Amino acid sequence: MGFMPYVAPEQMMKDRSEYAHKGIARGRSVIGLEFADGLLFVAENPSATLHKISEIYDRIAFAGVGKYSEFEDLRIAGIRLADLRGFSYGREDVKARDLANAYSQALSNIFTQQMKPYEVEILVGEVDGDASGTAIYHVLFDGSVNDEHGFVAIGGHAEDLAETLKARYAEGWDLATAVRTGVEVLGSPDGRTIDADAIEAGVLDRTRTHRRKFRRLEEAEMTAILAG
Amino acid sequence: MSDRLDLPVSGLGFGMNPSFADLVRRERPEALPQTMRVDITAAAAAQVPHGTTVLGMKYADGVIVAGDRRATAGYTIADEKMRKVFPADDYSAIAIAGAAGMAVEMVKLFQLELEHYEKLTGDRLSLEGKANRLGQLIRENFPLAMQGLVVVPLFGGYDLRRGEGRIFHYDATGGRWEEDDYQSTGSGSQPAKNSLKKRWRRDLDRAAAIRVAVEALLDASEDDVATGGPNPIRKIYPIVLAVTAEGADEVPESEVEAAVTAVLEERS
Repeated sequence: MGFMPYVAPEQMMKDRSEYAHKGIARGRSVIGLEFADGLLFVAENPSATLHKISEIYDRIAFAGVGKYSEFEDLRIAGIRLADLRGFSYGREDVKARDLANAYSQALSNIFTQQMKPYEVEILVGEVDGDASGTAIYHVLFDGSVNDEHGFVAIGGHAEDLAETLKARYAEGWDLATAVRTGVEVLGSPDGRTIDADAIEAGVLDRTRTHRRKFRRLEEAEMTAILAG
Repeated sequence: MSDRLDLPVSGLGFGMNPSFADLVRRERPEALPQTMRVDITAAAAAQVPHGTTVLGMKYADGVIVAGDRRATAGYTIADEKMRKVFPADDYSAIAIAGAAGMAVEMVKLFQLELEHYEKLTGDRLSLEGKANRLGQLIRENFPLAMQGLVVVPLFGGYDLRRGEGRIFHYDATGGRWEEDDYQSTGSGSQPAKNSLKKRWRRDLDRAAAIRVAVEALLDASEDDVATGGPNPIRKIYPIVLAVTAEGADEVPESEVEAAVTAVLEERS
């Protein structure tokens, strides 16, 4: 067995962090926006079937950026955890906070113990009761968690997008305004207009009568909203 | 219980398993009845609450699945307001007869199985796929069925690819049989089937189909002590689900009540 050269822990963490950052910066972004009826996740995604945004549980949604295979891994693990919990206890006992904690622990372990960190950032969103029950957790590749309010951007141009969102965001938007603004902001860093068929969007709509509050905005609806 | 995220999930084997039942078996085997290693006497099994008569039939818009409300334990009525008919997902419904506790648990597992698959894959199972999966879940219960804890469901759904309603029934071994017209299972199934044989027609409209269904359950309750009849005083009526291209919806109680009243008036 060969000897591993000594690397200072600080250096090792820095290298890993840089590696993960680079991976994430290459990819496209996802924006999360609170609006009057709930929470919107919107992303630029040319694929109609390989999703970045997805349902986890009745009131919980997921969005991921970075390496597809890795955030897909996290998505599957999240659905399994949520469904097992709801089966063992009750459906209302499945909480986004617990899920964010589980993601945080898992990503932190991978960051410090595996050969390479996951090159991902994820959002876990939840709606519950009225507007005060909306939560957005932003989990980073090293396991750090932020509790976000109103708006959030993750992925390639996250900082630019967050800057633009900060200037434009207002509480109480209807869905169409939130979608239009989200799409405009996604295209803003390089001054593009993104077509409806290259947009993926999912909402947690607390006004939905169905137990499952998540729904995707299909292309026809997206086209109508963007044209309106 | 396992409250951790084990990553990567795709670590072993090829592809991910979208089955919730398999996940529970792996993570929480004690939660599944088939892992119980006990010998149950026939007398003990008979004292466990049993659900009785359920039926399913095709009609013009899809399928109707209905059930009475009684559960019996031996000669005792264990529950007079039991629910035996459930939506399985947005386009299918399941009705259960047999050992009630296990049957309800199986329904819960089956509902989660469909939802879990849908969330993981982003796709709904085909109706064929759902019907097959249910057969496998019943087969896993076979050792307990042999000890008297039989669960025999009826499954009905709208096949979006074929554009028609379909119904399936099962035996205790997990055998899956598709029906072309109608089917009933449980202790009152024979009188219910006799009734359906005379009343059922292809292309019944919604109102007529609901009436035929409640009439069959009424006939079953008159010939079978374990089947509960409608009770207008306590407002206990059969539960009826209609599954169409628009989805699986419970027929409002007022509509079932009206159908029951019409049948009773005709007979008085």
